[in-house]
Amino acid sequence: MTGTNRVRFVAILFLIVGLTIGYFNYYSDTVSEDSAFFFPFKLGLDLAGGTHLVYRGDLSAIDSGERGASMDALRDVIERRINIFGVSEPLIQVESSGRGDDTEGRLIVELPGITDIDQAVALIGATPVLEFRTEREGTTPESINDRITQFENGIGGPVTVDEFYVPTALTGRFLERAQLDFDPLSGEPGVSLVFNSEGAKLFEKITEANIGKTVAIVLDGSIISAPVVREAIREGKAQITGMFTAEDAKVLVGRLNAGALPIPIELLGSQTVGASLGAGAVKGGVRAGLIGFALVAAFLVLWYRVPGFVAIIALSIYTMIVLAIFKLLPVTLTAAGIAGFILSIGMAVDANILIFERMKEELSRGRTLEEAMREGFARAWPSIRDSNVSSMITALVLFTMSSSLVKGFALTFGIGVLVSMFTAITVTRTFLYSLGMAGGGSKIAFLFGSGIR
Amino acid sequence: MFIVRHKNIFLGIGLFLTLVSLGAIVRPGLDLGIDFSGGTLIEFSYQAGFQPSVENLRETLAEAGFERVIVQPTGENGILLRLPHISDADRQKISTALSNASSGSVTLENLTSIGPVIGSELKRKSIYAITGVILLIVLYITYAFRKVSQPVMSWKYGLIAVVTLLHDVIVPSGFYVLYSSLTGAEVDLLFVTALMAVLGFSVHDTIIVFDRIRENLAKNVGRDSFPEIVGKSLRETFTRSVTTSFTVVLTLLALIFFGGPQTVHFSVLLLVGIIAGTYSSLCIASPLLIFMEARQRRSSPRRS
Repeated sequence: MTGTNRVRFVAILFLIVGLTIGYFNYYSDTVSEDSAFFFPFKLGLDLAGGTHLVYRGDLSAIDSGERGASMDALRDVIERRINIFGVSEPLIQVESSGRGDDTEGRLIVELPGITDIDQAVALIGATPVLEFRTEREGTTPESINDRITQFENGIGGPVTVDEFYVPTALTGRFLERAQLDFDPLSGEPGVSLVFNSEGAKLFEKITEANIGKTVAIVLDGSIISAPVVREAIREGKAQITGMFTAEDAKVLVGRLNAGALPIPIELLGSQTVGASLGAGAVKGGVRAGLIGFALVAAFLVLWYRVPGFVAIIALSIYTMIVLAIFKLLPVTLTAAGIAGFILSIGMAVDANILIFERMKEELSRGRTLEEAMREGFARAWPSIRDSNVSSMITALVLFTMSSSLVKGFALTFGIGVLVSMFTAITVTRTFLYSLGMAGGGSKIAFLFGSGIR
Repeated sequence: MFIVRHKNIFLGIGLFLTLVSLGAIVRPGLDLGIDFSGGTLIEFSYQAGFQPSVENLRETLAEAGFERVIVQPTGENGILLRLPHISDADRQKISTALSNASSGSVTLENLTSIGPVIGSELKRKSIYAITGVILLIVLYITYAFRKVSQPVMSWKYGLIAVVTLLHDVIVPSGFYVLYSSLTGAEVDLLFVTALMAVLGFSVHDTIIVFDRIRENLAKNVGRDSFPEIVGKSLRETFTRSVTTSFTVVLTLLALIFFGGPQTVHFSVLLLVGIIAGTYSSLCIASPLLIFMEARQRRSSPRRS
């Protein structure tokens, strides 16, 4: 093979690879989910719709060595709660666990597809408080019934648990596990509770002291049931029946098992984006990208002629590679991320322009086309390297800023700049050489010239 | 090279724009959006034909206890609410009030609520990030130009890059004051992102001119004076700078006109920033370099 033929072979290879990646980009978005080739674009909440929540965890009561573990425990509890809810691909992430005197942890929760923020917040913040209470002195089933009748007849305020029952030390904290079961006789759904050893002791003490009286099982402030204690219960097990449907019982079991939050949390900020707004943003981004590309392509061909055309092919391959990286990594695309990508196309073009301007200069100094090409690439390289390194620095600094919006921009921009170093140099050069044009003269000067001359 | 010949005029224009912009940033100042100041922004739309009037909506909200609400209609059926940071309970009250205001259905498009803690934290982080970018770039330039310390020390290239970067941050920010008074655009995270992209682009541009100066200095064996070399380098890189900026401007125009409403302000700011960045690379950085060299020569006359 001669030199030109070898270069042509590589050029054709690049074309095939580019087309294959392009087809992959298309195919992996449209194929069914079960396929091994299913790699759809991952859209951020601002594009796909969903809810983004920022929580502050109060770590002031936690030893500095335990803070990381507390935040992780918080994440696990919230994750379990969200899983009960059935959100697909939620993101729950500890952003910081406090440092030194800083006793604030940060937790980020992202719920794609959930636009009912009230429901989401209620679900995460919900602390199922399970308590066991004993009778206040003078409480009898009759006294309670009287009070309820009175209220129904308009005498006195609403009936509260506190009027008749006093709290004990036994709460949901001492629960080892909760389980859904059905009464073998009536078939009624119920929840069975198993206490840990400490809880079992407490339960034994409570039941021992209250034989013949009722013990109220109170969930989130309302009595679920108040069975009469017949004997002291030593094995640390209790049963709640009678008040629920099977669905209610299942949710309660889930919540009890998920447990209480280990530290107090506070919602610092939230963002909810409706699906239609996001869809509009995607459409806008894609449309702007296509039109921008077409404008740049038209300009390149009109201004730089043959090299301009080569640059368009290199740019197309560049776009395909970057999009494939977005799919495979995957990069979560946001509106800002798409803008970063479009901007990186501008940077990729710049590398080509640098090379072409250099070639034109060398040509005008009377060098042959081959020499001009070689010189053009060699001399443009330091500029491309230095300027792209500075772009990468910008991208890196931006990426370390924790806001997800800025991160999205930095990531797509950074990937774009990295890939452009490869395509602008290697791909453009291969295609230019493969054209097999050589020599000088006015024809070459025109084809490789630029501007209005 | 006309820029070298008229360097005082070009530097003057740059200085003038920077001072005017600085003035605008101080007063009337930049309008901080809820990303930084904290607050709540609710965007929603009513079923077509069922949207209540703005007056009506304001009344309903006032009845629910929300007096300090800015109500703006957007698009066909859309409404935008701005109010201070609200609690969970308040948010629920608002949703109830909104659905009570009309018999048609309400669709929530966007709800952003930022507490003051996050706002001030983001402000701090943004300033750190911009400072960090500028510092690292100076270090990199000092490193990249370490072999060219004649006649101008390499760290001075870095210093000049910082001056141009300041120009590139200040001028678009000043422009944004004017722009937001016309369009109501606020300073949000995208604003910071745009400024940083401008920094990246501008230093990219500046480095390419400096690179050419470095190359021409190395080739020059004491025949041409420093200003002549700078002028030659500028002439050689001028077309490239302008064409590159032009292609970026093309993509930005596409983003402004076809990219949808979320990124319009971002793209406009970038557009102004790219133009300012190109101007500073060509018309501020190189003239400053000549000034530095001239000063250095006066203070140590033995060097030529």
